[in-house]
Amino acid sequence: MPGQAAELVFDEATKQYSGTDGAAVDRLSLAVPAGEICVLVGPSGGGKTTALRLVNRLIELTSGDIRIDGKSIREQNLVQLRRGIGYVIQQVGLFPHMTIEANIGTVPRLYGRPRSWIHTRSQELLDLVGLDQSYGKRYPAQLSGGERQRVGLARALAGDPPLMLMDEPFGAIDPIVRARLQDEFLRLQQEVRKTVVFVTHDIDEAIRVGDRIAILRRGGQLAQYDTPKAILEQPADDFVAEFVGADRSLKALALRTLAELELGGPADGPRLPRTATLREALALLVEKRAHTLAVTDESGTVVGSVTREALLS
Amino acid sequence: MGEAGEVGMRTFVHAFRFMGENPHLLLEKTGQHLELSGAALGIALLVALPLGLWLGHLHRGLFVAASVSNVGRALPSLVLIAFGLTLFGIGFWNNTAALVVLAIPPILTNAFFAIDACDRDVVDAARGMGMTELDVLTRIELPLGLPLVLAGIRISAIFVIATATIASIAGGGGLGDIIVNQPTYGLAGVVAASLWVSGLAFLAALILSVVRRAASPRPVPVP
Amino acid sequence: MIVASGPVIPNFGQGSSCEVNNGWFCTEWVRAHWSDTLQPALIQHIELSAIAIGLGFAIAFALALAGFRFRVLDPPIGTVSDFLYTIPSLALFQLLVPITGISVTTVEIALVSYTLLILYRNMIEGLRGVPAEIVDVARGSGFTRMQTFIRVELPLALPAILAGLRIATVSTISIATVASFVIAKGLGSPIFVALEQDVFKTEIFTAGGMVVVLALVADGLLVLLQRALTPWARLARSA
Repeated sequence: MPGQAAELVFDEATKQYSGTDGAAVDRLSLAVPAGEICVLVGPSGGGKTTALRLVNRLIELTSGDIRIDGKSIREQNLVQLRRGIGYVIQQVGLFPHMTIEANIGTVPRLYGRPRSWIHTRSQELLDLVGLDQSYGKRYPAQLSGGERQRVGLARALAGDPPLMLMDEPFGAIDPIVRARLQDEFLRLQQEVRKTVVFVTHDIDEAIRVGDRIAILRRGGQLAQYDTPKAILEQPADDFVAEFVGADRSLKALALRTLAELELGGPADGPRLPRTATLREALALLVEKRAHTLAVTDESGTVVGSVTREALLS
Repeated sequence: MGEAGEVGMRTFVHAFRFMGENPHLLLEKTGQHLELSGAALGIALLVALPLGLWLGHLHRGLFVAASVSNVGRALPSLVLIAFGLTLFGIGFWNNTAALVVLAIPPILTNAFFAIDACDRDVVDAARGMGMTELDVLTRIELPLGLPLVLAGIRISAIFVIATATIASIAGGGGLGDIIVNQPTYGLAGVVAASLWVSGLAFLAALILSVVRRAASPRPVPVP
Repeated sequence: MIVASGPVIPNFGQGSSCEVNNGWFCTEWVRAHWSDTLQPALIQHIELSAIAIGLGFAIAFALALAGFRFRVLDPPIGTVSDFLYTIPSLALFQLLVPITGISVTTVEIALVSYTLLILYRNMIEGLRGVPAEIVDVARGSGFTRMQTFIRVELPLALPAILAGLRIATVSTISIATVASFVIAKGLGSPIFVALEQDVFKTEIFTAGGMVVVLALVADGLLVLLQRALTPWARLARSA
């Protein structure tokens, strides 16, 4: 079975549906380093889901290539290729006639793993996604939407694939549960370190989960591919600037912490730990109508200060 | 109870007496009946089930499936048997052919719609996880669609047993031989065979209902 | 072996060479016997079927109202109609003969029995399929239970009810041919007679073809009715 993380490269990947003008995905080239999360984001009609489904060949390339660890997907056996790629979709697609344990065990069973192995593995994975082990015996109809998506994630991880494809995995979940699932997904990623391609239409989600963001415009062209910070600070063009929103400067502040700033000497004022983001610092300044913040370390000792000017420079 | 009612009651009493007195006749005709029905249903299953399942899997042939079921319903069994008789003459195979034609539509149509209607997201997930097309069909789509597939087989079985009765007029043998031959067996015999063949149809329907229930997913409490 | 009596074929054995040799299809026979054999049989067939469908629809509708309003009644009604549907048609006709005799009544009882399952199931499913929120809005807007039923639930159940009516109509026209085992009426009886007369092919093909065409025409008319009564259902599909 597979393991570890793989590097994923799109090389001029193009999908053109017969009978339509223009491509769904147009000469997409980008590289996702092993162990990183790449978010594909863009307006509807931008071809993000199509690009994702090209990777596991649920949609076949028209031209160009996609390589996983240097190996073209075109040259691999379709079924073997897919078994080595975790796949999570918005509607989850749990098999309603199988228990949660059998659902999670789908890929290991395709690999011919023994029943006892699958049982142990599914218990581990339930732990990993934060569900009680007793869930293994339940059926999908007995779970809430958030719980089902956790199972979907566990099922995709069961074969220990080096690459995960996630198509709007949290799109159908209410905002509060979604934020929690995003956090848990990031924590999980710290543990498993997979290469992940993550599709969303929500730029805030993209900024939150992505190591890198690929913004696709209508017609399936890549508008910009960079880290969230770079995209917010230096959008490549008007389309990207408009897509990330007028408040992109504020969003950018949320990506940096006080620890990254050069602090002034200790001073009086509202206190904030240095792990706080610049956005939180700004919010506190506005709320307290203050000019200077006292920055503390983990133990709560004041280690420096930051002024409104320093924050916004 | 009126006079007609009394006559009716007496006929049914006589019918049961006929059953008691002619077990060998009834069993022999039942054997023929089952042979004809079984052969027709078996052939229909071999032809229609794989075709319906595969077309459903490909989501192709909606028009074919719908037309087959419409035309199938419009073809009267008596007409089919009469046509079979003009084409093949008297014998086992003309009736089998007519019954097969009758049995195919419900099996084909139900199999098609059972598989075609499977949740696309579930199938997409299965395929994305690396199941082969045959895996997707046998492990996911077929178990999910099985109750509907079996419902189609049940309807076909009922049709076939009913029509095998009519097939007697074309030399099909079976319990219809007694039903259409009142001069020989009397009204008691006719009624006895009618009851007997009804029992046979019930039994077949019951067995398939039980199988269908066993194949249906258990109801689970929703949180 | 065959008990039904019916119109004999007067020219058989002394007609045209096609008729004498029992050729595949003799148009001259059809022309000669349209008015004395085929047309009356067609009209009888339409009568038998129409009465059965009308009665069946009325009974099934009453049962569906009961089964929809009182859910406990649904399983027994469903089971009984399924039970009737399972009885082979020829057997059901013969089982009724000792009670209602060799009569149109016998035929109609049997034909009606076969319509119940399909009509009842479709009516119940159509009524149950009305989205709860729509009923909720209707009740919330001050409709009485009766008004909700007449103006909301029934119209919305109409596509399913009409789909059931189509299936029941085609099936009834088809099964009505078996009535000729009991009475010499309908398009089954010329077929029956032809089988008796050394399998006279022309008559079998003509009468058999007429049953199929009748069923398809009736189905087509019901499709038109369906479109006229439920224009919204079609719009939704094409949108």
